[in-house]
Amino acid sequence: MNLLEWVWPLIAVAAVGTFSLRLSFLVLLEKVQEPAWFRKALQYLPPAIMGALVSSSLLVQGGELHLDIHNHRLLAGLLAGAIGWKTRSLLWTILSGLLALVALNALLGTA
Amino acid sequence: MRRGMIAILPLVPGILPFALIAGSSAVEVGIPVWPALGMSLFMFAGASQLVMVEMWANEAPALVLLATVLLVNLRFTMYSATLAPHLRGAGLPKKALAAYLLTDQASLLSLPEFERQGAAAHRFYLGAALTMWMSWQVGSVAGVFLGAVLPANWPLEFAVPLSFLALLIPAIKSRPTAVAAATAGGAILLTRLLPLNLGLIVATIIGVAAGMWSERVFGTAGGSQ
Repeated sequence: MNLLEWVWPLIAVAAVGTFSLRLSFLVLLEKVQEPAWFRKALQYLPPAIMGALVSSSLLVQGGELHLDIHNHRLLAGLLAGAIGWKTRSLLWTILSGLLALVALNALLGTA
Repeated sequence: MRRGMIAILPLVPGILPFALIAGSSAVEVGIPVWPALGMSLFMFAGASQLVMVEMWANEAPALVLLATVLLVNLRFTMYSATLAPHLRGAGLPKKALAAYLLTDQASLLSLPEFERQGAAAHRFYLGAALTMWMSWQVGSVAGVFLGAVLPANWPLEFAVPLSFLALLIPAIKSRPTAVAAATAGGAILLTRLLPLNLGLIVATIIGVAAGMWSERVFGTAGGSQ
């Protein structure tokens, strides 16, 4: 099967499917009141998703776990986390992390 | 609306290079210009677009490609569920717009606003979400037509994980939320080995369960609500 001939149908299905996933609970929970346990669970979704995203993007590179001081992304992330915790600022968190990674890579070479 | 736009601005530098890569890599693997632009316009979902490009390059079967794209985007149902109580009664057109524009960043950033000011935060969400949308489209168009214009040794893609880190910090406001984040963060180191990209969702569910368990054992120390 030639993907090129099917490129628009593929995009259409992917787009409609993605949109449906995004719309799902917005529609489902219109009439139905979510149960109490579900409401409780929702409170823990944001920290859990972000905890998982941050951990995997700092610790896993190329499918492998890198838990050591040669992992510059981990070091830069830890510094950015500390600065973010103190300043409570999105901008400073991101800026300090980027600068730290550039500095580490320049000083120690790209790991 | 303006407040939402301004609040999300620090996350834009993370999104632009990501969009550039999505646009340029699509063209590089042989997807024609219009469909490449169509992906960003109609799917508007970065991680899944990159997966689609990668599988296109590997000539994966169409059904496997579609299934993987939707699995990568399955996490959107979680954001949909967290936003749903705040959009109840908003009407289908508004919900459809909110859904089309739904991203990790805009949802996570707006959630505290919704909790603070209820329906008044709709505009905040719209401002944040539209800013993400525009940044993504601009970056994609640039990527499609100019190729990857950024030098490869600029670690700008690191701004994406840093964006999530920046959003994680204010989300940790009690012991159970900290337990949820730490547990999910530990769990994904194992669940990432699961097939079909299911790792993120499974790790998140484990983290949520740990948060609920911790709330039952310790109470909401730190006083989230």
